[in-house]
Amino acid sequence: MMRRYFKGYEPGYHFWTAYLFILPALAIYGVFVFWPILQTVRYSLFEWNGLDTPQFVGFSNYVDLYHDEIFRVAFQNNLTFILFYTAFPIIIALFLTAILTRRKIFGLTFFRAGLFLPYVMSMVVVGVVWRWIYNPIFGPLNEFLEMVGLESWKRAWLGDFDLALPAVGVIGTWVQYGFCLVLFIAGVQRIEEELYDAAKIDGANEFRQLWHITLPALRSEIAVAMVTTLISALRVFDLVYVTTRGLPGNKTMVVSFHLYQNAFEQHKVGYAASIAVTLTSVILFISFLIIQWRKRVEENV
Amino acid sequence: MFKMKRIPTYMLLMFFLLIAIIPFVIIVFTAFKTNREIIRGVFDMPEVWQFTNFEEAWNQAHFNQYFRSSIIVVIPVMITSTFLSLLTGCAFGRMNFPFKQALFFIFLVGIMVPQEAYIIPLYYQMDKLGLLDTYWALILPQIGMSVCFGTFWMQGFFAAVPRDLVDASKVDGCTMWGALWRVMLPIVWPGVLTMLVLFFIWTWNDFLLALVLVTKEELRTLPLGLAFFQGRHSMDTPLLAAGATLVSLPSILIYVVFQRYFIRGVTGGAVK
Repeated sequence: MMRRYFKGYEPGYHFWTAYLFILPALAIYGVFVFWPILQTVRYSLFEWNGLDTPQFVGFSNYVDLYHDEIFRVAFQNNLTFILFYTAFPIIIALFLTAILTRRKIFGLTFFRAGLFLPYVMSMVVVGVVWRWIYNPIFGPLNEFLEMVGLESWKRAWLGDFDLALPAVGVIGTWVQYGFCLVLFIAGVQRIEEELYDAAKIDGANEFRQLWHITLPALRSEIAVAMVTTLISALRVFDLVYVTTRGLPGNKTMVVSFHLYQNAFEQHKVGYAASIAVTLTSVILFISFLIIQWRKRVEENV
Repeated sequence: MFKMKRIPTYMLLMFFLLIAIIPFVIIVFTAFKTNREIIRGVFDMPEVWQFTNFEEAWNQAHFNQYFRSSIIVVIPVMITSTFLSLLTGCAFGRMNFPFKQALFFIFLVGIMVPQEAYIIPLYYQMDKLGLLDTYWALILPQIGMSVCFGTFWMQGFFAAVPRDLVDASKVDGCTMWGALWRVMLPIVWPGVLTMLVLFFIWTWNDFLLALVLVTKEELRTLPLGLAFFQGRHSMDTPLLAAGATLVSLPSILIYVVFQRYFIRGVTGGAVK
């Protein structure tokens, strides 16, 4: 239905009307977003401190980037975050979906609203809250461990060289799992009941039903959850800025924060732009792969 | 029908729900406590529900200013972005014109790239235009990003408006402009509500633009104010908690009232 109307011609107007409708939005977007995106690519080919005349240096910023130890650590940390932002939330959400599948959930709106709450909050608030939770002296986490008799587990979570990265990662899992769950629940409710009835007649147990009906039906939702959470994992900024600023000793350094420090604290503008181009390319490439994968599986259905 | 054997399911769901909301619950409790009470026990209820922390955050810690800045930024962004997205959505959803696909793709780019992709040149461009340290620096790029999603989102709603309705309005002598506001707007209204909620949440929570493009304290928005406040007073937990509550309160309110539209936007917008 939708397609037909979309393709259709709306008679009785000149196409300049359409251009007039688009122009204001395009102008603001073009000047303040699109043009700067293109400029980033140009900046990345120059060496510039933000004041003097920029020096054209070709691809040498990218060569430097390749040898930049901090960038390498930051990038690895972002990859680790994929585990916390993408893998864990999707697994938790799928597990819960499997349990909830096809049962009418009493009070669904209530659960949904609560589970989604972290997703609505400013990441600065989330960071402030969790920094306090992790506080070694008066934070609720250590206090809780003491209360239940696990005093030996108490740590300076965000200051610990081994634990700081997972500690920040857990915040990501906490933010994302509700989003994934809500997405999957919406998907499951679209599956036709007859499919399950047929499976039951064929003698398929709960696990087989999950594997052969629920999971394939959720492919599109899983792809969406993957794209959005992967992008969040690769561009973490606010959270690290508020909680650890990359410390201790670059253990929680991430690409966006490295970019920010280079551009606005150390004034290596061209270099920072090369980080931006690299980050953006990685994000676009991964999104593209997942979208292609989704298209392929949808055509096979 | 509520069945006994489903109780474990509900308990599990409840467990994950609690994990999601407990941090906010204790931060609100903490905002009502004194520093001494916190050291005694994080999980205790406040002895007296006192608003002194909120008053102090609001007046001495300048959260009133940050709040004002956030409002000054968020209202024009919501109104302008919605208005412009209605126009572009109508154009892409209902009209045909040369370079339509290419233009649509250009808007799609704006949805896909992260802010980090353009923040550096944006800073120098704002400097050149003399817009650094003004509200314009926060408003204009935010509109630019919002209309990308808005175009994509509204296009689908406009495309689904039954053709007969629009044709009938043409017979009555309506132009496209007239048909948009009088005939189609009521039909696409649910989409508009969703979009308004999303624009609000995104703009209210934006951090990077405010961090880079604004240095004057009186222009700082709430998230930025809170981040800097934490840098200075990380030991004063009740005050920090009051600040965090003040930042969250408007978005929680909007979210609770419009949660249906919000969830539809985030999940539906993504699935498309």
